[in-house]
Amino acid sequence: MATKALGPMRRKFAPWDDPAARPFIEFRNVTKRFGDFTAIDNLSLIIYEREFFALLGPSGCGKTTLMRMVAGFEEPSAGQVLLDGQDLAGIPPYRRPSNMMFQSYALFPHMSVEANIAFGLRQARMPKGEIDARVEEMLNLVKLKPFARRRPDQLSGGQRQRVALARSLAKKPKVLLLDEPLGALDKKLREETQFELTDLQQTLGLTFIIVTHDQEEAMTMADRIAVMDHGRIEQIATPAEIYEQPASRYVADFIGDINILEGRVAAADSASIRMECGGAGTTVLAAPANSVAAGQTAWFAIRPEKVSIALAPPTEAAVNCVGGEVWDIGYLGDVSIYHVRLATGATIKSTVSNHTRMIERPITWDDKVWLSWTPDAGVVLTR
Amino acid sequence: MSGGPDNGAAAPGGRAGRRGARWLVLAIPYLWLLVFFLVPFFIVLKISLSMTALAMPPYVPVFDLAKGIDNVVAGIRQFTTDNYVWLIEDALYVRAYLSSLWIAAVSTFLLLVVGYPIAYGMARAPRRWQAMLVMMVILPFWTSFLIRVYAWIGILKKEGLLNQMLLALGVIDDPLTILNTNTAVYIGIVYSYLPFMVLPLYAALERMDDTLLEAAADLGCPPVQAFWKITFPLSMPGVIAGCFLVFIPVTGEFVIPDLLGGSETLMIGKTLWAEFFANRDWPVSSAVAVVLLVILVVPIVLFQNQEAKRAEREGR
Repeated sequence: MATKALGPMRRKFAPWDDPAARPFIEFRNVTKRFGDFTAIDNLSLIIYEREFFALLGPSGCGKTTLMRMVAGFEEPSAGQVLLDGQDLAGIPPYRRPSNMMFQSYALFPHMSVEANIAFGLRQARMPKGEIDARVEEMLNLVKLKPFARRRPDQLSGGQRQRVALARSLAKKPKVLLLDEPLGALDKKLREETQFELTDLQQTLGLTFIIVTHDQEEAMTMADRIAVMDHGRIEQIATPAEIYEQPASRYVADFIGDINILEGRVAAADSASIRMECGGAGTTVLAAPANSVAAGQTAWFAIRPEKVSIALAPPTEAAVNCVGGEVWDIGYLGDVSIYHVRLATGATIKSTVSNHTRMIERPITWDDKVWLSWTPDAGVVLTR
Repeated sequence: MSGGPDNGAAAPGGRAGRRGARWLVLAIPYLWLLVFFLVPFFIVLKISLSMTALAMPPYVPVFDLAKGIDNVVAGIRQFTTDNYVWLIEDALYVRAYLSSLWIAAVSTFLLLVVGYPIAYGMARAPRRWQAMLVMMVILPFWTSFLIRVYAWIGILKKEGLLNQMLLALGVIDDPLTILNTNTAVYIGIVYSYLPFMVLPLYAALERMDDTLLEAAADLGCPPVQAFWKITFPLSMPGVIAGCFLVFIPVTGEFVIPDLLGGSETLMIGKTLWAEFFANRDWPVSSAVAVVLLVILVVPIVLFQNQEAKRAEREGR
């Protein structure tokens, strides 16, 4: 789908860094309660035009509620939701300029693929000729031309997902809301569709909001990700920032795999942080971070692929180096994950890329190994 | 029964035994239909082809298998279609059939209009109430049908509850004449047959996916339009089932028009009763019954053929 036109360079797109950028969708101190349960807790959030925004979190974190407030299926208990400067309060779903792709697809079972796609256009009283042209365009877009006259129950899961996408795109909405759109697809098809969706979003120049619990999905597609927990946003940042500079242990743990060592900050200045990690029985030297003061409890978080593993101790000065024993090995084909047990009983994971085609790896169970990392490989977290 | 354990190796005859069990399961309902439906039907058909006689039973020929096969063959030779010709020649029967079909059609329509909102409300009610609501629809069955129809006489008669209430409220000055009119028949039918309309409608509406309505709203469809474009078409199987379930028995209804209707109420059930009990003309009343059956079976068969073709076209 139009990958050629885009070329190898991805556009530089960062309106969130531009103080003059106009918010497109804005949540202002939004709270949503269902009886005693607070689904959304005083949340503020700005999404920009043409952004591919992901709401990521475990089930029950409020991400779907947030999206349904944009669609109009839920009204905030307090606060405002604005779209393009207009307060959406009291506007029913059928008058809102957003369209949604439902998790269950919600295709009309008594209508053909064509009729499903044309439904929104007919509602908008578009002239018949234009409807036919748009339906044709959508069918081509999702490559379902030969299935136009079929009913949803005569299609495969992947085809149904495409019909749902075509139907939600047919009205060219200002905002497309995607509720776990790829959940029902198998892994191969899901990966394929992820790239197609990003291409589509860039080609059409629409604003996409996707709700997902799959971090890989969010990382692959989104410009920015909001990681949510218990109705609050833990962090909003680009995928790389979320991965490399998580704001909290919750975010660090939710996205990807990570080792977290608890400790006390021994010294902190503008050049580095020194932490005593009693649990690991070692001193950690890390890059400086904001609002870290000497004496406080903190957590050192490091991704397994940034931890080197070796059979001999490193020759340089022994900072950020700890010895242990291989406790377990997870062989995944492309990488191997070593679970190393330290003298204190704590476990640190190290991921090693399998560059060569060896069946027997040099490091194996019960080997005495040394783990090491550079001072800027991990982050110090205070919450 | 030699059903035997499930593992075929241990029981050599197991496979045949299981097949035998399957046949038995299939055979029981068909045997039931044969004994209690097909055999009586053929008896009625036979009587409808006989002639009236002042005898016991009141028709000839009478088959006596004890007198041998010749007696049966001789009897069959005497069969006549006179009774059917009589049904066509006497305008009374044609009018009774047409009137029955008309009353059944109007009743079915009224039941749909009354029953749909009830079923819709039930399906939309909170889940924990639904079982109780279904129970309440079925509850009238716990009392005899006949008693409930008699109760309507007490409500509808000139000095009945309804008139007393309307007079007391000052809505009317003179009591209304409802009992022994077609209006009373319609009231009785709608009341008695409501569960048969509501339950299939409820079943169809209850399993409808609510997100379809959200999807319709999301695509710009206000709730009332969404009802006609999504909910109603999807409840069609329930509508059709409900209509058949009430139309067929109402066409042959006897008790309600007899108790609540008047001289103007012409229904084939009443005619049948009169032929059978008042005239003691078994052959003609049997012919009336056979024709009624044909009238009702033909549309069902046509409908089922249509459905089968549609299913085939959709590749299901």
